[in-house]
Amino acid sequence: MRQTCLNMVYELAKQDPRVVFVGSDLGIGTLKQFKAEMPDRYYMEGVSEQNIIGIAAGLAMDGKVVYFNTIATFITRRCFEQVVIDLCLHHVPVRLIGSGGGMVYAPLGPTHLAIEDVAIFRAVPNMTIVAPADANEMRRLMPQTVNHPGPIYIRLGKGGDPIVTPDDQQFVIGKAYAIREGKDALIVTTGITLKTSLEAATALAQQGIHAAVLHVPTVKPLDADAIVAQAAKVPVVVTIEEHTLPGGLGSAVAELIAEANFPAAKRFKRIGLPDVFPDQYGSQASLMERYGLTAAHLARTVEQLHVAGVS
Amino acid sequence: MKISPIEIKLDQRSRDLRKLIVQGIDGGRRGHIGSAFSLVEILRVLYDDVLRYDPKNPCWPQRDRCILSKGHGCLALYAVLVDKGFFPAAELKRFCKPDGILGGHPERHKVPGVEASTGSLGHGLSIGIGMALNGRIEKAGYRVFVIVSDGESQEGSLWEAAMCAAKHKLSSLTVLVDYNKQQSYGTTAEVLDLEPFADKWRSFGFAVTEVNGHGVDELRAALAQAPVDPKKPTAIICHTIKGKGISFCEGNLSWHHKTRVSDDEIKLLYAELEAR
Repeated sequence: MRQTCLNMVYELAKQDPRVVFVGSDLGIGTLKQFKAEMPDRYYMEGVSEQNIIGIAAGLAMDGKVVYFNTIATFITRRCFEQVVIDLCLHHVPVRLIGSGGGMVYAPLGPTHLAIEDVAIFRAVPNMTIVAPADANEMRRLMPQTVNHPGPIYIRLGKGGDPIVTPDDQQFVIGKAYAIREGKDALIVTTGITLKTSLEAATALAQQGIHAAVLHVPTVKPLDADAIVAQAAKVPVVVTIEEHTLPGGLGSAVAELIAEANFPAAKRFKRIGLPDVFPDQYGSQASLMERYGLTAAHLARTVEQLHVAGVS
Repeated sequence: MKISPIEIKLDQRSRDLRKLIVQGIDGGRRGHIGSAFSLVEILRVLYDDVLRYDPKNPCWPQRDRCILSKGHGCLALYAVLVDKGFFPAAELKRFCKPDGILGGHPERHKVPGVEASTGSLGHGLSIGIGMALNGRIEKAGYRVFVIVSDGESQEGSLWEAAMCAAKHKLSSLTVLVDYNKQQSYGTTAEVLDLEPFADKWRSFGFAVTEVNGHGVDELRAALAQAPVDPKKPTAIICHTIKGKGISFCEGNLSWHHKTRVSDDEIKLLYAELEAR
């Protein structure tokens, strides 16, 4: 997904002289071709995220569209105030490409786990947050980022994530996509847990429980209409995300459902990371397992809420 | 380097600009007063003698960019922008008011002539670098001036930016430091000492000059010489007095930021500017 994203930045830069790339201290050879062909629009500015956000803002105020890539925790936590003021308050077209969204860097420990990034940026006016599910979706997203007004946070997965989005799916920033229909429950997801959700829905179907899957690649601005419309059709709603429970997609959906005032209350559950710093290393998969971000746990949760309604 | 005494008498133009600042204080009955008065001559010389701009077309692409990174000094910037015709003096009456465009810190989208919304310190230099890099990409020829405060120079982000400006040999970029040596709590020497200040800028890759920040001729000369080195950004350390021009404000930290300014105090401020 990261490779696709950066390759797309190169392709977009070839087509549009406004496109500028900035990295902090990325791996040797990152976007080598970009640097060779368009050296005046390629910057590697060192471990100085606060400064880089400001530079990106200055370039964007003067007409450039800036793509800044570094590790997701460093692009969200370290330079948070610069993002708020230089990018969001000024409403400038800077794209923050966060490598290793979620628990991709599990072996590297909590300093490198971007598990509250969505909550942080959800709280800031003018920010757009996107979390594609796979490389194909990234390919559909990136052209939309060039002319989108204001800053965008692009949350990257691990790389090599299985392709799960339908080939004919469109991508419009701010739209949610019904990937699977179902009358018994609704699973709402973003990013790579779309795969988990589809697996859970398949398993549930074998038990006669039909769960719809709504993929929300844009967490902000949220496609409230789609979420409320889908939720209206079913008695059970479960959210899943590779993110802490406070402030993420699940919180956003809970807020919508609470304010929708449905005639009958929904049976509702959020699946995500508890409000703790993960205490193990291992891998993204092992941490997902530890905290119940699995198809089996998701299916069990949906089933329990479904059964609770039937009995 | 020999710098002339900063305890000099101000000329009529400097006093007139300060009267515009007092109009703003009168309007909002508050403000970072000492921080604005220390900066008047820096802005005056920039806007009178150095910057290229068009008040009728504040976004003219070829304009020189001037960023007030020490956004709390905005009353001085507003005074100069009024003087140059970017917006009418009547706006000063609405300083910090619900229906005004002039806040306690300047905003790009509200105030004609304001290049960046500042107020939180340590942001403006990076933004200025981005603008200077854009000027280089576009071969636009405009220059970028960033005014920072001494307290602001305690922010780590400023030094990240300084390294970056030097790396890119941004000779189109000039930093002016309003070095009044006081911050909210006390002197910079007490709170978090910046010295050896000029050496710091030098070692971060800037060509450095030091001037009397109230000496109009010295400021003119220093700015006329910038860029001092065609391969380096320039830093001009302007030695100033907080509250300059008002005897009871000068060096008086209770005037760093003041609220509920009284009628009597407004009268005293005007009287001082008439008498001197």
